[in-house]
Amino acid sequence: MSEAVGGHAFQYSSARHQAESAVSGMWLFLATEMMFFGPLFLAWIFCRHADPAAFDAGARQTDLFIGTINTALLITSSLSYSFGVAFIETGRRRAMILCLVIAWLLGGAFLMLKFAVEWPHDFERGLFPGAEFVFTPAERNGAQLFFVFYFFSTAIHGMHLVVGLGLVAWIMLRAREFTPSRNTAVFVVGLYWSFVDMVWIILYPLIYLIGRGP
Amino acid sequence: MTVTETRSQTSYLSDGYTLRSWLLTTDHKRIALLYFAAITFFFFVGGIGATLVRYNLLSPKGLLGSAETYNRLFSMHGVVMVWFFLVPAVPTTLGNFLVPLMLGARDLAFPRLNLLSWYLFILAGLVALYALIVGGVDTGWTFYTPLTSFYSKGHVVATVVAVFIAGFSSIATGLNFIVSIHKLRAPGMTWHRMPVFLWSLYATSVIMVLATPVLAMTLLLVAFERLFRIGVFDPAIGGDPLLFQHLFWFYSHPAVYIMILPGFGVISEIVPAFSRKELFGYKFVVWASVAIAVIGFLVWGHHMFVAGTSLYSALVFSILSYMVAVPSAIKVFNWLGTMHKGFIRFDAPMLYALGFIGLFTMGGLTGLFVAALAADVHLTQTYFVVAHFHYVMVGGMVSAYFAALHFWWPKITGRLYPEMWGRAAAIIIFVGFNVTFFPQFILGYLGMPRRYNAYPPEFEALNVLSSGGASILAIGYLLPLGYLAWSLFYGERASANPWGATGLEWTTPSPPPTENFETTPVVTLPPYSYPYTETSRDE
Repeated sequence: MSEAVGGHAFQYSSARHQAESAVSGMWLFLATEMMFFGPLFLAWIFCRHADPAAFDAGARQTDLFIGTINTALLITSSLSYSFGVAFIETGRRRAMILCLVIAWLLGGAFLMLKFAVEWPHDFERGLFPGAEFVFTPAERNGAQLFFVFYFFSTAIHGMHLVVGLGLVAWIMLRAREFTPSRNTAVFVVGLYWSFVDMVWIILYPLIYLIGRGP
Repeated sequence: MTVTETRSQTSYLSDGYTLRSWLLTTDHKRIALLYFAAITFFFFVGGIGATLVRYNLLSPKGLLGSAETYNRLFSMHGVVMVWFFLVPAVPTTLGNFLVPLMLGARDLAFPRLNLLSWYLFILAGLVALYALIVGGVDTGWTFYTPLTSFYSKGHVVATVVAVFIAGFSSIATGLNFIVSIHKLRAPGMTWHRMPVFLWSLYATSVIMVLATPVLAMTLLLVAFERLFRIGVFDPAIGGDPLLFQHLFWFYSHPAVYIMILPGFGVISEIVPAFSRKELFGYKFVVWASVAIAVIGFLVWGHHMFVAGTSLYSALVFSILSYMVAVPSAIKVFNWLGTMHKGFIRFDAPMLYALGFIGLFTMGGLTGLFVAALAADVHLTQTYFVVAHFHYVMVGGMVSAYFAALHFWWPKITGRLYPEMWGRAAAIIIFVGFNVTFFPQFILGYLGMPRRYNAYPPEFEALNVLSSGGASILAIGYLLPLGYLAWSLFYGERASANPWGATGLEWTTPSPPPTENFETTPVVTLPPYSYPYTETSRDE
């Protein structure tokens, strides 16, 4: 069994060895995540190419204001988390906890805005694809396709964010264990947290910006 | 290395006898055995599907009577065999068992992730069984839209979810192997001193990690389309069904190499051991694996030659598909070169390995027929394709799996299997396989399409021959189940190195202790320094 020997699991030669392996494991996992979201973006761009006018008509119905606020929230959240990592590396645990709490709250605010405000609003306006879809026949098909992508990708991104919130909460609960020399978990979760951001940074223009130009 | 204090020498098999000590274990060797149990089960589930398919085709009208039943049977056979046997078979069982042993490590990098991958696999298997029991799917294992998303009557969402979860199990395994191979090699184990089995699992893992997520996303999109009756592959609103095929094959073609590359690794271990000769052209064999993994990502379009892709893209995909043949041929020639002037022993693992080389070569060469644009127009969607991939997947991959199982059986269980039975089964499988699948090349060439439950009467003789071969094959596959189980209780005790093979896994007792090695080994020699002598590997 893999009980710890001298502060590291028995298959490693040192705690540092273990930490390096954990970090490379997370980078590799993020590579799989890129390959997970990749086909979605590819399909999106490919389908838009077939009917740009209808996609743009769909995009103009999205809520740019909430989308932009949400983008700011997520980026700030990652910034706060990065400060947290920097603080624990210098041993300032309380400052780290504060940063993580801020990061968590900002992430939570994103979820609230997205799924408790923006989505219901979209539903009310008849933007969910299907029989009740509001668009005129000329743009109906492409716009429906756009909103298939919109609802699908925001849902998948939202699930990643929920997992991220869980992980950040787990780090906060374990905060007492971390020291300047032992904080791999903080760093590894931070990689994931930033990745969820990066996905949004691609989704933001795909959803809200393309099609809004003059 | 600081950890050289005396380690427990209890065998991993006797380190705890409770159910809990198995189901919550993080020992890679025990997890490998958990996987063995699951994989064997699914092999026989998929096998029942194959048996019923061959039974139906005994008569031109179809003995099962219903086309719908037949469709569900071959779909079940495909889904179970691909995702619940072929993809995980070697990596999760022998890979899990051997990667740390061959690296000279005590465990994989992430033991708990390893256990999680088994639970994900079991969950996926349960969902798949649920889908099967409530009626299955009639889409084929390829889930082509819009049939799958709109018209199919089966339990598509459950099946797709099962495959989705199984995918995460294989991502976890691949990730674990890659990090372990990078970070846990014993002192002196340089990249070019690694056994080829590890190299081929490394190449396999890269594909698992980078291709499987594409399938995961594609299947989610299909599930969405099925649930909401609208989606991105729906041509009615401007979506593209061909896009589904691109995304599906972007995973599923590399997945073919997920299935076969571990087999290449196995054969590269066994051929030198039973030829008493160094592996010929080690670096070529190693880099051929890597080349196959890389080129394998660039050939998916050859599944869509007649689906309406442009001629230019078809040409490019055809040429790229030919290129995969080069590293594959390099391997075959290197195995032959290894045997040349060797001192060859025909024990069961070697018989399986020789079967592999012959059958894989047949499968590979007929792959060139279907990679050629003009020939493919005639052969696509016929039994020629069925025979081609069964030669690679069953003749190749399953033979390699059995070769590996026999070769490392003494290490895994501490017992020797009965040699004569092993040889008999190897020969029966080889004969049964050819009788089953060779007629299908002819059937396909004559124009019999795949996936139909009935066929014109002139194809009856060859179909009956094929079904007859399948019953020989079934006996061949049931035999090892019997004598390997027998050997667990009555087999002779195995020494640490019953084959006189090189490799770190043979330097530790059979079965290995929980912590694998008494002291962390130090590697001073290249792999395959045959002929093996007791002193050729100093610790």
